[in-house]
Amino acid sequence: MTESKQSHAAIIQRSLARRYRAEKRFRAYGLMAITFGLLCVAVLFTDIISKGYRAFLQTSIQLEIVYDADVLGISDLNNKQQVALADFQGLVKKSLQARFPDVTGRKEKRDLVSLVSSGAGYDLRDRLLANPQLLGNKETLWLSADDDIDTYYKSMGDKDGAFTGRTSDLRQGWIETLKQGGDIKLGLNKVFFTHGDSREPEQAGIWGAAMGSLFTLAVTITLSFPIGVAAAVYLEEFAPRNRWTDLIEVNINNLAAVPSIIFGLLGLAIFINFFHVPRSVPLVGGLVLTLMTLPTIIISGRAAIKAVPPSIREAAIGVGASPMQVVLHHVLPLAMPGMLTGAIIGMAQALGETAPLLMIGMVAFIVDIPAGFTDPATVLPVQIFLWADSPERAFVEKTSAAIMVLLAFLIMMNTLAVVLRKRLERRW
Amino acid sequence: MQTANLLIVLLALSTVAYLMAHSRSVALARPLGGIRHLHSLPFFYGMRASIWCALPSIVLLALWLMFDEPVISMVLLDGLPASHQPASAADYNLLLNSIENLASGALSKEGADPVLLAAAEKLNSLRNTGQLLVTAVVLSLGVLGLGWGWVKVSPQLRARQQVERVFKSLLLACACVAILTTLGILLSVLFESLRFFQAIPVTDFLFGTEWSPQMAIRPDQVGSSGSFGAIPLFVGTLLISTIAMIVAVPVGLMSALYLAEYASPRFRNLAKPTLEILAGIPTVVYGFFAALTVAPFMRETGESMGLVVSSESALAAGLVMGVMIIPFISSLADDVINAVPQSMRDGSLGLGATKSETIKQVIFPAALPGIVGGVLLAVSRAIGETMIVVMAAGLAAKMTVNPLETVTTVTVQIVTLLVGDQEFDSPKTLAAFALGLMLFLVTLVLNFIALRVVKKYREQYD
Repeated sequence: MTESKQSHAAIIQRSLARRYRAEKRFRAYGLMAITFGLLCVAVLFTDIISKGYRAFLQTSIQLEIVYDADVLGISDLNNKQQVALADFQGLVKKSLQARFPDVTGRKEKRDLVSLVSSGAGYDLRDRLLANPQLLGNKETLWLSADDDIDTYYKSMGDKDGAFTGRTSDLRQGWIETLKQGGDIKLGLNKVFFTHGDSREPEQAGIWGAAMGSLFTLAVTITLSFPIGVAAAVYLEEFAPRNRWTDLIEVNINNLAAVPSIIFGLLGLAIFINFFHVPRSVPLVGGLVLTLMTLPTIIISGRAAIKAVPPSIREAAIGVGASPMQVVLHHVLPLAMPGMLTGAIIGMAQALGETAPLLMIGMVAFIVDIPAGFTDPATVLPVQIFLWADSPERAFVEKTSAAIMVLLAFLIMMNTLAVVLRKRLERRW
Repeated sequence: MQTANLLIVLLALSTVAYLMAHSRSVALARPLGGIRHLHSLPFFYGMRASIWCALPSIVLLALWLMFDEPVISMVLLDGLPASHQPASAADYNLLLNSIENLASGALSKEGADPVLLAAAEKLNSLRNTGQLLVTAVVLSLGVLGLGWGWVKVSPQLRARQQVERVFKSLLLACACVAILTTLGILLSVLFESLRFFQAIPVTDFLFGTEWSPQMAIRPDQVGSSGSFGAIPLFVGTLLISTIAMIVAVPVGLMSALYLAEYASPRFRNLAKPTLEILAGIPTVVYGFFAALTVAPFMRETGESMGLVVSSESALAAGLVMGVMIIPFISSLADDVINAVPQSMRDGSLGLGATKSETIKQVIFPAALPGIVGGVLLAVSRAIGETMIVVMAAGLAAKMTVNPLETVTTVTVQIVTLLVGDQEFDSPKTLAAFALGLMLFLVTLVLNFIALRVVKKYREQYD
C-alpha cells in the first residue's frame, strides 16, 4: 500500500517536473511571438527612418550668377516669348565654367554643368521675373545640386564609404574643390515640402500629393460622415426587426471585409464608365473612398449609439418627446464623441489607401498642384507607390521621407481619436 | 445656370420657405391664444415647407445630372443620317468623341465632315437648352413646393408626423447605401465579366493553365497568344496567402494568448497598442519595405546558402503580408479568448492543471470556433491584399509552389491590366473584371462563413 502510494507520488513528482517544463516552454513561445511582433515594428520604423531622414536635407552649390542679357537672349522682360525661349540653364553653365576655368573637353564640360540640378534654370527665371533690376547684374546664389551629386555628398561621411556609382572621379574632384571653398552645403530641403512631382528627384516634392489627399479626404468626410451617422441611427433606433434590416446588416458587415481593390473596380465601372466623371480627380477618388469607409463609420456609430443608456431615451419619451426628438436632442449629442472617433479612424484608413485609387487613374504623373475637386491629382500613398517604382537612387530616400510624412499624419489622426475618446466619452 | 449655383439658389429658397411657413403658423396661432393651440411646433411647419420646396427639385436635379449625357447622345445619334450611324460600340464611342471634340473646339472645324459639324452645333444647342430647361423646371418646382407648404399651414395640419416620416425615409435611404454598394459591385463586375466570357469561354478561364493576356493586334504576331487561363494566378495567390498565414497565425495567436493569460497589466498596456501600430500602417508602406528591404535581404541570405532566390520571390511578399496580418489575428483572437467565461478557467485551474494546460485543453477548444472565424477573415484579407504584392511580387504567371520563385496573384494582374489602359472592349481589360468577380465571390463566401461562425460563437457565451 505505502509502496504504491510512494510510487504514485514519485510518478506525480516526475510528471510535475515535465509539466512545469512544458509550462515554461509555452510561456516562452508566447513571449517569442510578442517579441517578434514588436521587433517587426522596430525594424520597419528604423528601416524607413534610416533610409529617408536625409531627404529632408538638400545639397546646394553656391555660384556667382551673371544675368547676362546676351546669354539669355532677352532684351525686354515683358516679352513673354523671349522669356519662354531664354536659356537660363546657360547662366548656370557660364557660371560653372567661370568657377572651373581649366575644364575644356566637351564631355567634361557636360559633366560640369550637370553638377547643378537641371531645374535650376526655372528658379533663376522666377528670380529674374520677380526682380527685373537683376538683368545685367550679378548675384551669388545657392542652387540645388543634381540628385547624383546630392546622393554622393550625403553619403561621404558613411562608414562603408561614399556611394560613387554615378559620380566620376572628375566630379568628385570638383566637389572636393567646392567643399574647400565652402561653396557646397547641406541645407533644409524646402522643395520637398513645396513642389509637386517631378522626374528630377531634387525637384520633386510632396505638396501636390498632400493637396490631392486633402481634397479627396474632404469629399470622403462630407459624404461618408452624414450618411454613416444616418444609417447607424436608422439601424439602432428605428429599424424594425425584419428580413430587410437583416439584409442591410449582413451587407454592411460583408462590405467591411471586401478587398479595397474591388471598390476601385466599382468606381471604374460605375462612376467613370457609366456616369462619365473625369478620371484622376479627387471627386471620384473621394466617392470611392466614401463607399469604402462607410461600413467602418456605420459600425462604430452603432456602437456609440448602443452605449447611450436606455434610461435617457425613456426619460425623454416620458416628458413627451417624439422618437425623432429623442434621437436628435438626446441620443445623437451623447453618441457624437464615439461617432467622431470612428470617423477619424475611417479617415485614417482612407488616407492610407492606395489600391482602389490606382483603378480610377489617380496614378498619373502630375506636376501641377491641384487647386480644386476636379483637377487631376494624386494622393500621398499613390505618390509613394510611384516614387518607389522610380529607378533613380535618390528617389529611395524621397519615398522613405514621404512615408514618414504619411505616417506622421496617420499617427496624428489616431492620437486625436484616442484623445477625443478619453476626453469626451462618458462612462455610464 | 450652373449646378452649384442652382443648388445655392434652392438652399436659399428653402430657407425662405422655412421662415414663411414658420411665421404663418405663429400668426395663425395668435388669435387662437398662442402656439400651444397648433398641432405641431412652428419649427415643424417651417421644416415641412422647406422639405416640400427642396426635396422634389433636388431629386429631379440629381436624376438630370445622372442621365443628361446618355439622353443627349441618344437624341444626337437619332438625328444623324443613316450613312453616319455607328456600326459597333467602338465606332459609337469614336463618333461621340469626335463630335464632342468638335463641339468643345478641341478639334479644328476646318475640313471636318459637315454632318459632324452640324451634329456638334446641335450638341451645343441641346446642352444649352437642357441646362435652361432643367433650371426652369427645378426652380418652378421649388417655388410650387414653397407655395404648397405655405398654403397648407393650418392649426390642424399634422406637420410633425409628416416631417418625421420624411426624415425616417431619408435615414432608411442612407442605410440602403450599403445594399446599393454591394449591388453596384456585383452588377459592375458581373456585367463586364459576362462580356469577357463571350470572348473567352468560362472553362478556359477557370481551368486553363496558361496566362498571357497580351492579345495579338495582327493575326501573325509572335508571342501574343492571348491565353486567359487563371489557374497560375490562383496558385500564386494561394502560395503567398499560405506563407502569410504560416507567419501570422502562430505569431498572432500566441501573442493574443500571452497577452490575455500571462502578461502583467502594465506590459499588456504597452505591448498591445504597439503591436496594433502594425495594423495602422498603410499597405503601400509594407510594399516598399518588402520590395526594398526584405526581398534584397532574402536574396543575399539565399545566395550565401547557395540558393537561387528570385528578387521578386513569393517568400518576401508572403512574409511581409504575414507581418501585416499579425495584429488583425491577435486582436480578433483576443476578443474571443476574453469571451471565454472565467468560471471555465477557474474550474480547470482548480483541478490542478497548469496554466498552459488550461489554455491548451480548455480555453483554446472553447475559443476555437471564434478563432477559426478570425483566421478565415484574415485569409480573405490576404487574398485581397493588393499593394504588397503589386510592389514585391512579380508579373510572370508561373505555376509553381516554390516560395523562392516569382509568382503573380489575382490582384497584381487586375492592377496591371487596368492601370494606364483606357480601352474598354478588349478581352484584356475585361479579364480584370472577371478576376475581380472571382476575388469578390471568394472573399464574400469566406467573410460570410467567418462572420456567421464568429456571431454564433458569441451568442453561445453571452
